[in-house]
Amino acid sequence: MERHRMLKESQIMKIHYITGIAAIFVVAVHILMRLIVPFGSSLEYDYIISNYKNIFYVFILESILVLISIHGFNGIRIILLELRQNNAWENMITIMTISATIALIAYGTRTIILANGL
Amino acid sequence: MNNSNKNNKDEKKIVLKIFRENTAQKTDRHYDKFNVPYKKWTTVLDALLHVKSYMDPSVAIRYSCRMASCGSCGMKINGIPRLACYTKISELETSTIECEPLPNLPVIRDLVTDFSRFFNHHKNVQPYIQSNDGVDDSDTEKKTFSFYQSPDDVDKYLQFSYCIKCGLCYSACPTVGTDLKFPGPQALAQLYRYFADTRDEAKNRLDIVDDRHGIWRCHFAGSCSKVCPKGVDPALGIQLLRSYMLGISKNEKKLAKKIEIKTNEENI
Ligand code: SF4
Ligand code: FES
Repeated sequence: MERHRMLKESQIMKIHYITGIAAIFVVAVHILMRLIVPFGSSLEYDYIISNYKNIFYVFILESILVLISIHGFNGIRIILLELRQNNAWENMITIMTISATIALIAYGTRTIILANGL
Repeated sequence: MNNSNKNNKDEKKIVLKIFRENTAQKTDRHYDKFNVPYKKWTTVLDALLHVKSYMDPSVAIRYSCRMASCGSCGMKINGIPRLACYTKISELETSTIECEPLPNLPVIRDLVTDFSRFFNHHKNVQPYIQSNDGVDDSDTEKKTFSFYQSPDDVDKYLQFSYCIKCGLCYSACPTVGTDLKFPGPQALAQLYRYFADTRDEAKNRLDIVDDRHGIWRCHFAGSCSKVCPKGVDPALGIQLLRSYMLGISKNEKKLAKKIEIKTNEENI
């Protein structure tokens, strides 16, 4: 019998689809921002730091981080769930992917905070 | 030319390559080849029965109706899950026909597979009409109640009710190949069939398949719909169910009116 879970699979998949679609837009903005300056100089240290200090761009970068992490790690969870079908494996995969999502978001956010000298 | 000569001239030969394995006796897997005569209308099942009757009676096959109604004779023919009784040798256009057991199902012997898991998934989706006041299809059988449905109401689920539970879609499904807890296209299509039926009042039908190994694990390969011999489109059923579960489609079905049928004695 299916045990009580925090979220139904349909709710998780709604989050999966929404983060996937939203990521397309923010990544598109991110790529466009690379194109408005010559590609080489867009990778220069000062330019990158200045991006981190632009509040609009920080919002885009943080959104990309959160959306891609949630969407990507849930995708990995789905793929790994198919490999084996037992509760121990399924719980391990779920815990690992949630932890990895939180860790990646925390690490990326830390980079943005550090770059701002906060 | 007399009739028998003409018949002999019509008769061609085909090589039937049959998968052999006896899991109870743990025999090695191998293929046996048989030269079988066939005519324009000979089906693969006819050819297999010819082998059983005149060449090797130990070949194990499952069949019953010989007319694509019972769903027993499913097997992999030239790499594709098909009904043996519904597949003509002349239409295959090959000189060798390879018959193997259906994939994704455990082999019992030769071409006979164990359908227990498939039927369990089918039972899990509660494939029967449920109503809140205890009136269900058994009452319509007893002829104490009848349900009124418009042709449009019937159209919503009709194609899905043609399913003969042959398991071809289940055996063609790549997700079933890796995830045995996945209900498979047949069970999911049947869940949609009852969900869409205006006679059904079951409240939490969709919750049955809303779990880690449920409906969301379908990758929409579409092979289920391709192999179905009865024109059912299980992939469509799955996508329709998903759109209800995501809230894209709203379930606005109006329940069918139930009419009590007076028995003859009551009428007198
Ligand atoms: S949906 Fe088609 S292929 Fe699948 S079990 Fe039913 S009749 Fe067979
Ligand atoms: S023998 Fe019944 S479906 Fe083929």
